[in-house]
Amino acid sequence: MRIVVAVKQVPDTAEVRIDEERGTLIREGIPSILNPFDSYALEEALKWRDELGGTVIVVSMGPPQAEAVLREAVSMGADEAVLLSDRAFAGADTWATSHTLATAVEKMGNIDIVLTGKQAIDGDTAQTGPSIAASLDWPQITFVGNVRELSEKHIIAERYVEDGSEVIKSSLPVVVTILKDANIPRLPSLKGKMRARKIEIPVWGKDDLELPEGEVGLDGSPTRVVNIATPEIFTDGQIHHGEPEELAKLMADSLLGTEDS
Amino acid sequence: MNYYLSEELNDIKEICAGIAEKHIIPVRALLDEENRFSREIVNAMSDAGLHGIYISEEYGGSSEMFGGGSMALCIATEELSKACGGIALSFAANALGAMPIMIFGSEEQKKKYLPDLVSGAKLAAFALTEPDAGSDAGGVRTKAIKDGDYYILNGTKQWITNGGEAQIYTVIALTDPSRGARGLSAFIVEDGTPGFSYGKKEDKMGIRASATRELIFEDCRIPAENLIAKEGYGFIVAMKTLNRSRPGVAAQAIGIAQGALDEAARYASERKQFGKRIDSFQGIQFMLADMDTQIEAARALTYSVARMIDAGEKKYDKESAMAKVFASDVAMKVTTDAVQILGGYGYMKEYPVEKMMRDAKITQIYEGTNQIQRSVIASALIKETAARRK
Repeated sequence: MRIVVAVKQVPDTAEVRIDEERGTLIREGIPSILNPFDSYALEEALKWRDELGGTVIVVSMGPPQAEAVLREAVSMGADEAVLLSDRAFAGADTWATSHTLATAVEKMGNIDIVLTGKQAIDGDTAQTGPSIAASLDWPQITFVGNVRELSEKHIIAERYVEDGSEVIKSSLPVVVTILKDANIPRLPSLKGKMRARKIEIPVWGKDDLELPEGEVGLDGSPTRVVNIATPEIFTDGQIHHGEPEELAKLMADSLLGTEDS
Repeated sequence: MNYYLSEELNDIKEICAGIAEKHIIPVRALLDEENRFSREIVNAMSDAGLHGIYISEEYGGSSEMFGGGSMALCIATEELSKACGGIALSFAANALGAMPIMIFGSEEQKKKYLPDLVSGAKLAAFALTEPDAGSDAGGVRTKAIKDGDYYILNGTKQWITNGGEAQIYTVIALTDPSRGARGLSAFIVEDGTPGFSYGKKEDKMGIRASATRELIFEDCRIPAENLIAKEGYGFIVAMKTLNRSRPGVAAQAIGIAQGALDEAARYASERKQFGKRIDSFQGIQFMLADMDTQIEAARALTYSVARMIDAGEKKYDKESAMAKVFASDVAMKVTTDAVQILGGYGYMKEYPVEKMMRDAKITQIYEGTNQIQRSVIASALIKETAARRK
């Protein structure tokens, strides 16, 4: 079983603040951590690797310092790590990011499953996982809280949705996004830490992935962030008392704008 | 203070801090209240590779990576003790149980027992103390009488840390009652050996997350090959083991003290009286300053002794006693002051410092009371002085 875990280095949101004027995150002086949801994806990968044998490869797209989260993943037990880093990748939206990650997965070859956290705690889009699947043209199972079965042939996973859960069976290869209900991530071991310090982490750029300019980074990103703002909270609610029929009419009128009729 | 620890020693520190945060701090008050040992936490330590740090690579461990096992053991014990002195003791007692085999065991014994301790498949315990043999090891009454290819053990060991939880026990018993301390020998006794059972489970003042139990031997037959070193070497095995492990007790004391100081300093920065943070009052400031200084002095002494042992020094009984005495007295003082700084809150179980104060007390008592340690230091000093006079 060859498992890829796509991870992201994120600012520790417990410490993050927003630059109100620019609408961007203030990243200076904020410690970077492994996206917590990705640690559940990693644990799931390690758990199944320990049971079925095989290799866990962690991959991250980011600046050179994102190597730190890859080393952290190796200290927890990942076998290999690849960093996707290139000036040309800067400014990528979720489409360009997932396209770049998917291309790396193709380059690795013979991958059975790609796992990732349900979303990153900085962007909160939950798009990268599904978009990797789309880019690879693989099936996807999102918001998985319990991987019931995994074999060379198929996966049976339970996805937790708002009003219950769905059990999905899929063939491999597949992309799965993991919730924190799935497991309790392990701590690094001494052996892992020693390995993490020594392991060579290859850095793949645009040319290594043979990606054209228009498909990576800002140029390859259809999304434009126009504004980031805290939603205004409306507090001018009204409370009416009366018979149900009366109140229903009042509400309907209010919604339809027919109050005066 | 920067002790310029190697990257490897810093790894140990980080791993222990992770275990403390994730596995120990959330349950320490409960384990204390319920007087309960947690095998799960000990397993988390083995998964992280901590039980191998003081055992040679030859037997599956990694002590060479840390320049020997003593500093490694101290760093781990200290870091774990910051969170809970009781759980840290279960870790350190495992090392204590392994040491007679590590230092005096035959190649066969090392190969048979040490790898299982590294992997965490088994736990170890050291059994010397008896109702009449505390500071005076010569008071041991447990007998081991040779019978062909076996020794037959009879007697009771008391207050054995990891008792009932460990699978491998290193036991000191009398093979020749006529020779007193020189008639003692050390043995390996495995859990499940017929005639070996567990007695009273102790209800202790502190370190309640560690198991403390009686071991009972009734015509317990153990193979003669379980003898460690030779007959009559028991006293030496016990003394060398304790000399080697004493910096570990010092490290435990330092960890407990540091944990208490951290709590006290944080509380003092948040608590307001008379409209001001209480750490703005000189009375509190001077207490905190003394606590911090004492801990640092204890740590510097303890690390120096551990490094001395790792460097291969053969004689360190005096230094090892000094570290234990000094650090444990500091721990008692610092934890008492931490309770004082937290005032009424410090006296309540909602805050961790009262537990730390209870946990600290034992470090002045076990592995040789501080009074016995002072005797060791004084007699070494007197000998040194006499040697100089010649």
